[in-house]
Amino acid sequence: MKKKKKAKKTIKITPVRIITHVLLMLGAATMLVPFIWMLSSSFKSLTEVFAFPPTLFGEAFKWENYFEISGRFNYFHYFLNSIKVSLWVVIFQVFTSATAGYVFAKMNFPGRDKIFTLYLATMMVPFHVTVITNFLQMSNYGLVNTLWSLMLPATVSTFGTFLMRQFFITVPNELIEAAKIDGCNPFTTFFRIAFPLAKSTIATLAIFSFMGVWNDYFTPLVYLNDQRKYTLPLGLASMQGMYSTNWPVLMAASVIAVLPVLIAFIFAQDAFVKGVMMSGLKD
Amino acid sequence: MKNNKTRKISKLKNDSKWAALMLTPNILGFLMFMLIPMVATFALSFTKYDMLRPPKFIGFNNYIKMFKDPIAREVTLNTIIYTVITVPTGMAISLLLAVLLDQKIALKRFYRACYFLPAISSMVVVSIVWQWIYNPEYGILNYFLSLIGINGPKWLQDARTSLVAIAIVGIWKNAGYNMLLFLSGLQGISTSYYEAATLDGASKWQQFKYVTLPLLKPTTFFIFIMSIIGSFQVFDQVMLMTKGGPGRSSSVLVHYLYQNAFQYFDMGYACALAYLLFFLVLILTLFNMRAEKKMGEIY
Repeated sequence: MKKKKKAKKTIKITPVRIITHVLLMLGAATMLVPFIWMLSSSFKSLTEVFAFPPTLFGEAFKWENYFEISGRFNYFHYFLNSIKVSLWVVIFQVFTSATAGYVFAKMNFPGRDKIFTLYLATMMVPFHVTVITNFLQMSNYGLVNTLWSLMLPATVSTFGTFLMRQFFITVPNELIEAAKIDGCNPFTTFFRIAFPLAKSTIATLAIFSFMGVWNDYFTPLVYLNDQRKYTLPLGLASMQGMYSTNWPVLMAASVIAVLPVLIAFIFAQDAFVKGVMMSGLKD
Repeated sequence: MKNNKTRKISKLKNDSKWAALMLTPNILGFLMFMLIPMVATFALSFTKYDMLRPPKFIGFNNYIKMFKDPIAREVTLNTIIYTVITVPTGMAISLLLAVLLDQKIALKRFYRACYFLPAISSMVVVSIVWQWIYNPEYGILNYFLSLIGINGPKWLQDARTSLVAIAIVGIWKNAGYNMLLFLSGLQGISTSYYEAATLDGASKWQQFKYVTLPLLKPTTFFIFIMSIIGSFQVFDQVMLMTKGGPGRSSSVLVHYLYQNAFQYFDMGYACALAYLLFFLVLILTLFNMRAEKKMGEIY
């Protein structure tokens, strides 16, 4: 309380402060306007969208656009596919990253650090170097055009492994020794002691990999060509090509596509921020 | 004593077994989808392969073809131009926003969320909206330009502006992400430096120039490297908004790679292009690491 009062006292209205706010507002507007327009035109009629000069609101809120989406496209399929792929990737990436991260941080075996260095080195390899031969591999297994082609290669993440290792290094060794003395084997030590401690890092990784998969456009573009297998980004892109004149419906579909990540962001802003900052750590 | 030692060794062996077991899923995925594909791509870059007939070894022909290919030259140049436009401008904007936000200021969380909104949205949604913004007939950008008396260009449909238009979207989308990285760098600078500078009578601008910028160098370097690597791999907005056109005016390396692999099914050549990309990124990274090491010696 006292602190708050003090802070209030020191804030004066100065020219610098006004300029700061004007600049920040201008920046915020630049970031927001496209989204506001997306939202507003999702409630407009077809003619209102093309009005010039552009208007913010249409005559009436047309909720119909939202109901028309699934009538015109396989939107429900896209959404379901996106959820399937995201769930798989988030769960398995967290699990494989956490176990491997723990091994790299806390367990000893010959060649451990060499293998980890290899992991680190491949983090800077462009994704496109592996995508061609991964496509050929999937095509050999007959998995092209199935969701498996999106899920399997994303099961393991070098970034996730790195992130989890960075956390597990901070766990005190005494804690792990104590668990061992109590009769835990290495896996139960990891699962019962270290894993629960890593909650916030796990949240960060989960949200990061969710955002990555949910928004991914390139991978589905490469692997999928059956409409019914499309994920949301690919589905949206194809909707635009197929029916480019119906902007309101397309905008409504876009709003729905953004919502899950937006909701995740609102509820876990700090985990997001931590993820960005962790991605900025080098070692 | 001896017993103790053998017990220790057997325990270590036991530990190794557990470690191997716990690492298996990860290592397996890493080998199957990362390391082996990397090596296989390199091997395939020396072959002609169309997926119908088995790969045929042709030595360095793909690489020779690449150096003679005017399209490869054009898309590489476009990639470099895109990088030169986006990286410095984007970094300057992100740094400005971060410095402004790194004060006692109302609505901080609101601003941060606004700037981060483009970063969490998919490029598909972003591209759909920006196509409307850029539309020469009813888009909002040319409408605003017309208010100040400028007759706006055709943006995405004009070969002279298409790459710039794509770059603007790239800057807009990444500004918030880089701002956050700068912000965490700024918060790592101890306030005592500023207090000392204020005592010495340094103005705000001098403080920024002589305290903030030098101490922020490691962060700046990191963002610089990551931005360059990122912009060399730009693809989504190109594919979504222009498909590389008009002509080849906005086509970039990854776009050409995608076309060769998945539209023309010239897998060998696409693999060679992938290694060109890898090589360029590697050179930039090594160059930057060396520069950073030098910087470390100065401090």
